[in-house]
Amino acid sequence: MKYLKIFILVAFAGLLIYGSLDLPYRGDADNLMHSQRSITDTVVAGNYFIQEAYNDANTPNMVTVVLGDYRSIDTLGEQVVVFTAGLICLLILRRYRPI
Amino acid sequence: MRTQFESPIVLLGSRLLSPYIMLFGIYVIFHGHYSPGGGFQGGALLASSVILIRLSGGRIVSRLQVREFFTTPLAAIGVIVYFGTGIVSILFGSYFLDYEALPFPGGLDPAALRYYGILVIEIGIGIAVMAILVMIYDHMARGEDYV
Repeated sequence: MKYLKIFILVAFAGLLIYGSLDLPYRGDADNLMHSQRSITDTVVAGNYFIQEAYNDANTPNMVTVVLGDYRSIDTLGEQVVVFTAGLICLLILRRYRPI
Repeated sequence: MRTQFESPIVLLGSRLLSPYIMLFGIYVIFHGHYSPGGGFQGGALLASSVILIRLSGGRIVSRLQVREFFTTPLAAIGVIVYFGTGIVSILFGSYFLDYEALPFPGGLDPAALRYYGILVIEIGIGIAVMAILVMIYDHMARGEDYV
């Protein structure tokens, strides 16, 4: 039973390594996800962010522009989630005066 | 188990480390336009520097740095800074959280206005995250602390 587990683990690792051999290289400009039109001939959104992030917000860090400008309402939601979690911790952990 | 006492060595080491952690947190918030970082990460670093003093020094010492009743209003102020930026950009004739109409002085172009708008909301996120983490620690440690 122990050897079966080891065999399954090794086989699964080999499968994953075999799958990772076909992945595209990082930063390759000819990747499908970096192209301007996708396979189904629609506009790829990430290409716009890569090309226009610096011109839109004067900021070299593209991640900050996407997080703070293009998807700022999403970030507002994250902050409200953190705030709500803190308020719930306050309500649960607070020492009430014994009645 | 309840014999808690103050260790001067731990307090001295924490007092040495805490300002540098806080400075690095402020750097991560304000340098997020050029390097990895931002409000959440910088806020967590600021909170870790405050909690380090609270862990090592106890309630009396840490009261000198950030008072306990400051944390909840500070968290609300952080959320209000973010939300108020969106409301102000509506009031000056733009979309919600579209920073190109913010009333910064100096006659900047829309790209520079977006730069400063992102900076303002990152500061809001940092304040809120720091205050919430410190608030959770305060309410967990109340009563278990040595006097």
